[in-house]
Amino acid sequence: MPFSINETMGQYSELFMLLAAGTYTVAFIAFAWDLAKSSKTLRAVDLKAAELSGAAAEANAARVPVGVGAGAAAADAARSDADVSGPAGRAERPTSATSRPDTAAGAGQTADGSMRYAGERRAPARVAVALTVLGAAIHAAGVITRALGAGRVPWGNMYEFLTTGAFVAVAVFLLVLIRRDLRFLGTFVIGLAIIMLVAASIAFWTPVGHLVPALQSYWLIIHVSIAVMSSALFTLTFAMSALQLVQSHRQKTIAAGGADKLGFMRLVPNALSLENLSYRINAIAFVGWTFTLMFGAIWAEKAWGRFWGWDTKEVWTFVIWVVYAGYLHARATRGWTGTRAAWLSIVGYLCVVFNFTIVNQFFNGLHSYSGL
Amino acid sequence: MSERVNEKKKSPKPEAVLPTLGPLGMLRWAWTQLTSMRTALFLLLLLAVAAVPGSLFPQRPANPAIVTQYIKDHPDYGSILDSVQLYDVYSSAWFSAIYILLFVSLIGCVIPRAIAHYKAMRSQPPRTPARLSRLPEYGTLVIPADAGIPASAAITDAAELLKKRGYRVDVRDRDGARPSLGAERGFLREVGNLVFHTALIGVLVSVAAGGLFGYSGQRILVEGDTFVNTLVGYDQFTPGTNFQSSQLQPYSVQLDKFDITFDRESKGKFGQPIDFTAAVTTKENPDAPAKKEVLKVNDPLSLGGTSVYLTGNGYAPVVTIRDGAGNVAMQGPVVAKLQGENYYSSVVIKVPDAKPEQLAFAGFFLPTAFVTDKGVSFSGDPELINPQLTLNSYFGDLGLDAGSPQNVFELDVKKLTPLNARNLDTKGIVLAPGSSYTLPNGKGSISFDGVKRYIGVDIHHNPGQLYALIFALLAVAGLVTSLYVNRRRVWVRTGTHEDGRTMVEYGLLARGEDHRLAGEAAAIRKLLSDDWLLGDEAATGSQPAPSATADNDRADKASTATGSTGAGGTHAAPEQPAEDFIQSTAGSSESKKDQ
Ligand code: HEM
Repeated sequence: MPFSINETMGQYSELFMLLAAGTYTVAFIAFAWDLAKSSKTLRAVDLKAAELSGAAAEANAARVPVGVGAGAAAADAARSDADVSGPAGRAERPTSATSRPDTAAGAGQTADGSMRYAGERRAPARVAVALTVLGAAIHAAGVITRALGAGRVPWGNMYEFLTTGAFVAVAVFLLVLIRRDLRFLGTFVIGLAIIMLVAASIAFWTPVGHLVPALQSYWLIIHVSIAVMSSALFTLTFAMSALQLVQSHRQKTIAAGGADKLGFMRLVPNALSLENLSYRINAIAFVGWTFTLMFGAIWAEKAWGRFWGWDTKEVWTFVIWVVYAGYLHARATRGWTGTRAAWLSIVGYLCVVFNFTIVNQFFNGLHSYSGL
Repeated sequence: MSERVNEKKKSPKPEAVLPTLGPLGMLRWAWTQLTSMRTALFLLLLLAVAAVPGSLFPQRPANPAIVTQYIKDHPDYGSILDSVQLYDVYSSAWFSAIYILLFVSLIGCVIPRAIAHYKAMRSQPPRTPARLSRLPEYGTLVIPADAGIPASAAITDAAELLKKRGYRVDVRDRDGARPSLGAERGFLREVGNLVFHTALIGVLVSVAAGGLFGYSGQRILVEGDTFVNTLVGYDQFTPGTNFQSSQLQPYSVQLDKFDITFDRESKGKFGQPIDFTAAVTTKENPDAPAKKEVLKVNDPLSLGGTSVYLTGNGYAPVVTIRDGAGNVAMQGPVVAKLQGENYYSSVVIKVPDAKPEQLAFAGFFLPTAFVTDKGVSFSGDPELINPQLTLNSYFGDLGLDAGSPQNVFELDVKKLTPLNARNLDTKGIVLAPGSSYTLPNGKGSISFDGVKRYIGVDIHHNPGQLYALIFALLAVAGLVTSLYVNRRRVWVRTGTHEDGRTMVEYGLLARGEDHRLAGEAAAIRKLLSDDWLLGDEAATGSQPAPSATADNDRADKASTATGSTGAGGTHAAPEQPAEDFIQSTAGSSESKKDQ
């Protein structure tokens, strides 16, 4: 028999969620400020460099800035870094023997390709991360009180998927931040978390309640938690793939002598580094998604008597899996790496979002547990 | 795979080749195309796209009735969709074609790769490249002359270390002037990849086998009823293609009691069921001892190779019906079909045994009856607080004797004469438990004796399931292995400098995606320098490749080579790197690159 409901806890939880959303909003502003400010300073550095290098370099001005600002810092970071486990700006896609011109490191580029923390301080970014940590702590309290209030794991309906999912996304982001300087993704991740929290509180609000019998299974704990974690990783790679497209376009423009209109992209590593890291994260997430699919099938067998029935939710989970399998293959297929692979990663994530929103709400199926 | 890919790119454009091919050549060409990575990718993406319509349109296997309705509701295009199998997507010709092609392609890829890999595992690591410095990871070590480690001893030491690290090592020209070794590890990567892809075929075959030899069926059990696993025991039965009725083991399941707990705590979900528990008595076969078991959602019974699932439930009002002659024509529970909120259910009672004329009733059962001002009745609670049966009655020929099967939950009143109905003077019948009603014109009577609960169970037998699970687990194991085991090659070459020092250079190459190659290079470097007591300076000195600057240097070289106009200008990239490190003037343990 399920535990009894504790409404007070539920109310605390909602309060925490609001506070977390508020904190995130400030963090979001700080991240945005960081982007704006850094792009300005970097531009100033570039201008100075261009002046110094004089008339002779003028023709090449767009390509020179490489080594100046953060370049030295990058070298710094690398020196202190003995284990070097990253693709470390090695401008080569491990699976394709030749590297292509547009992927060459350089061209209007400042961020360190290995995504290590550089020596230079970015005060707004630090503030943003600190605020994110604070927000995540409050958010965690919200998730935990929700669980206590309902007497079970806090992922049984859309409201809970959104609030817990947002927390996991932020937590995964913070965990990756420990090892990699992904602060350039801050606006995206935190922005998404805010949207999820707001959507949960406004459109999907559900009071604490018991689970329907079909969800009362330990498979809920296993299957859904893995799905949420994989989705959080896919979220990161989605952002990185999107930036990769922008960055590779920008690199090409600059290499062709065009003007650099997207100054803030200097904070973002080169397209190839983005591609390499998002590949690695996608590989982990793909394994996670494989487990999601498998455990879902095992659970379906327990609950409904068949492990696969092409229920709408099953269809979309399968589609997502196949798209990311396609992505992994693309990385090993000539002519499909780089931009095309990034598109696959983006399409895959759009399917994840679709599966979570539209399918949960508007498609009838055995999985209609959105709690609406 | 990269080799395969590379091979592809060298082959000329297919269009150019076509005209000269004979029929055999055509076949070979088609096969090569089909088993190429590009085709596999294309088919994968096509499969993803093809799976989507199955979620947009109702599907026959899941819900045939909704499909029929959908076609009726959309007369303009409903039947067109049917003709292209959009209501049977997953068994359609086009969907099957995609996945069969995909799997043929997969087999065509796996077999040659397995053979190639088997050979690779048995052959020696490839010969030592002339210029190790061209490898992605490269470094050098210098052993002082007074250490007493000649080139041949150094190579032996390196071989030992690499063997301990799991490499397969082949030493070449040990006593020559330039001894070298080639080493390779991580064969499991390819094995994992092959296992993964093969296991996918296994999953598909298991699923197909389950469809052939399995069966499934449904049965409704009112409290007190017993189900016996024979063909007649089922209300509905769906055999697999190769099903034989001898497969059925005659076990039995008796429903003793069924309990539901409703949510009385949360506001939003008040009155929603939060627990279903069926107490049952089972027997593995007619002579086996009886066993008490509990059947719940998410917790099926396992009996005689099948699984029994709790899939539905509802109320079954118990009625007694007497016919015009005063005899009991029917007595027992009537399964009421759920229609709406709070167990608002429809009831159909057919009494073919009534004499002189057959009787029929149709109406509703409400566990907690309420009537609005406008006379609309609804159920206010799922529990039996104010149970009520409201029925119309009919008499005439039910048409049951004609032999054509009828849906027990539907009553065709076209050929029947109404006795009681809301719009007649006689009005409808309204019964509470314990009450009874005498039909007009001496046609008989009906009494509402009480209410029982019933459950719906699904029974499934799927022999492919276990194998599908095993193959799925194998696939995951293969996947993880192939993603996280790294296949690497290491070469080491040693030699003696004119001044007596022993010079060592090494290079590493990864096959496939490997972001830890630099880490491996550093680790090997550390092991070697520890072994030769070269001290910390050599181990962590400025020479090892793992440094972003060195890497960038290399990257720039690469881009210069491919004709990039990128910002490589700052480093003077030598077109001819390291002619000969061993006889170079390297005075300290500095790598060529850093000079
Ligand atoms: C048409 C037949 C197929 C061929 C020729 C094929 C070929 C390959 C090859 C060569 C790789 C290794 C790529 C590398 O070296 O990085 C690979 C990886 C992979 N394949 Fe396939 N594949 C096929 C079908 C499939 C199917 C149907 C799936 C599942 C939907 C799939 C899922 C994967 C996954 C997830 C990987 C990445 C794991 C790894 O790197 O080992 N493949 N495939």
